[in-house]
Amino acid sequence: MVKKRFHNNRIFLYAVLLFFSVIIILPYLWILTMSLKPVRAIFSPPYLIPVNFHWKNYLEAWNAAPFARFYFNTTVMTVFIVAGQVIFSAMAAYAFARLKFPGRDILFFIFLGTMMVPFQAIMIPSYLIVLRLGWIDTYYALIVPRLVSAFGIFLLRQYFITIPYELDQAASIDGCTKLGILWQIIIPLSMPAVSALAIFSFLFAWNDFLWPLIVINKPSMRTIQLGLAMFQGKYGTRWNYLMAGTVTATVPSIVVFLLGQKRFIEGITLTGLKG
Amino acid sequence: MKKKEDILAATIYLLPSVIVFGLFNIFPVLYSGYLSFNRWDGLSRTGKFIGLQNYSNIIKSIEFWNSLGVTFYYTAGITFFGIAAGLFIALLLNRRFPGRTIFRTIYFIPVVTSTIAAAIVWKYLFDPGSGYINIFLRFFHIPGPDWLTSTTWAMPVLISLGVWKRLGFNIVIYLAGLQSISPEYYEVAEVDGAGPVTRFFRITLPLISPITAMLVIMSLIDSFLVFDQVFVMTNGGPLYSTDVIGLLLYRNAFRYFKLGYASSIGMIIFLVIFLITFLQRRFLSIGEQSSW
Repeated sequence: MVKKRFHNNRIFLYAVLLFFSVIIILPYLWILTMSLKPVRAIFSPPYLIPVNFHWKNYLEAWNAAPFARFYFNTTVMTVFIVAGQVIFSAMAAYAFARLKFPGRDILFFIFLGTMMVPFQAIMIPSYLIVLRLGWIDTYYALIVPRLVSAFGIFLLRQYFITIPYELDQAASIDGCTKLGILWQIIIPLSMPAVSALAIFSFLFAWNDFLWPLIVINKPSMRTIQLGLAMFQGKYGTRWNYLMAGTVTATVPSIVVFLLGQKRFIEGITLTGLKG
Repeated sequence: MKKKEDILAATIYLLPSVIVFGLFNIFPVLYSGYLSFNRWDGLSRTGKFIGLQNYSNIIKSIEFWNSLGVTFYYTAGITFFGIAAGLFIALLLNRRFPGRTIFRTIYFIPVVTSTIAAAIVWKYLFDPGSGYINIFLRFFHIPGPDWLTSTTWAMPVLISLGVWKRLGFNIVIYLAGLQSISPEYYEVAEVDGAGPVTRFFRITLPLISPITAMLVIMSLIDSFLVFDQVFVMTNGGPLYSTDVIGLLLYRNAFRYFKLGYASSIGMIIFLVIFLITFLQRRFLSIGEQSSW
């Protein structure tokens, strides 16, 4: 009797979870199917899983718009943003966690405060500064304003302060410099937080739209997200090309998430719960 | 000696962050405030100081109140459905069974998917003629509406995308919260004869209320700042029914180049976010006092 009830519960549980999973997954299946359809099959019966495998769509989509160039631009931008956010956040977090200097708490408070400022409230002045610097349509505009992250500094500082100070002292007695302590002791011990930050900043950079939209006008400087949005406006009726482009733009962030999933989820719950 | 060394090291380590934050975060806040008191088209060298006129123009404009209403509608929809569904699924996932982590992964994938890509897909899923949604409805002989070109339905479609994208985040945070509840509470309650419904309302819900408060605040902030998907899917239409405040700001700044007027919209957005964050502090301190 008890066992049977348990069994029914299980079936119900799986049924509900599967139902929601299907809703979540359906759009992905749909774009995959669409992206592999030949043009003439667009209005054929709506299959849910790919029945055609017209891989040429991908090639044709890449030729219809300079997707390779968009990919290159996005990769350059993302690499610099991730590297910058990790290195500069680690440096700042180290200063806040380990060094004593006047004004430390006030500065930390100001840095935290910048997290509260919505981007939309500062995008006009940021644009004007980039304009004044002559950075419109350059990688500088895409990269420099996003090289540091208050969230990253906060995340790493919270992690650094859990590392025993005795380790620093021991290293210091052995003749290790401050920089040596950061790179050889603190960072290797903080890999969970550092890799979570790297994944966060990757996803942020790869998927960002509004800032590139403002500072990039030249088609050759577009990021993948910009390119996709513009492609949609121009080739909106060529569904199969559009979907092929969409798939190629989406795959990297999903792959990065799947590879770093454990760290990423840990990072989210850590910072999410600590607020 | 040692203190001096610390100050020098701190200066070097903080310099990049201070420069970038100073130039692209802190200065822009002040500059934005200044611009909001000016009339400026961006072409002339400087703007003209007009005091509070931008703000009074905004308060008198129908567009602004429409945008505010539309944005609140969107925000309320995302927050309500995202939190309710997130909690429901998290409760189902909060037990040991084979395949649990696979489900969690599936639910989370939309969170990391590009909003632009998702918006493009949504646009075509909700196509009145050949989109899957209407094909599905036709199968049951229900005539589907013209989703994105209907003033009634465009916003619910946007909300459905937002919930789909946000759900996984809410689930993961709720799961972490549920797992931190000590099983003893449930054991005691069961001994006392409390059924599953009573246990949910008397134990689970009160104990995770600080997490609910936090998720509500985060959801309010993120949804209030929505831009990308609206830009791609409806661009504010039809008839301004999805003209969220971010779009109003973008249009005034980068289409009409009313930089002063747009800056004052930016300052109002800042004020709203500030108020919500302020609420968060109150909520969280209440949470800490009770149980968390």
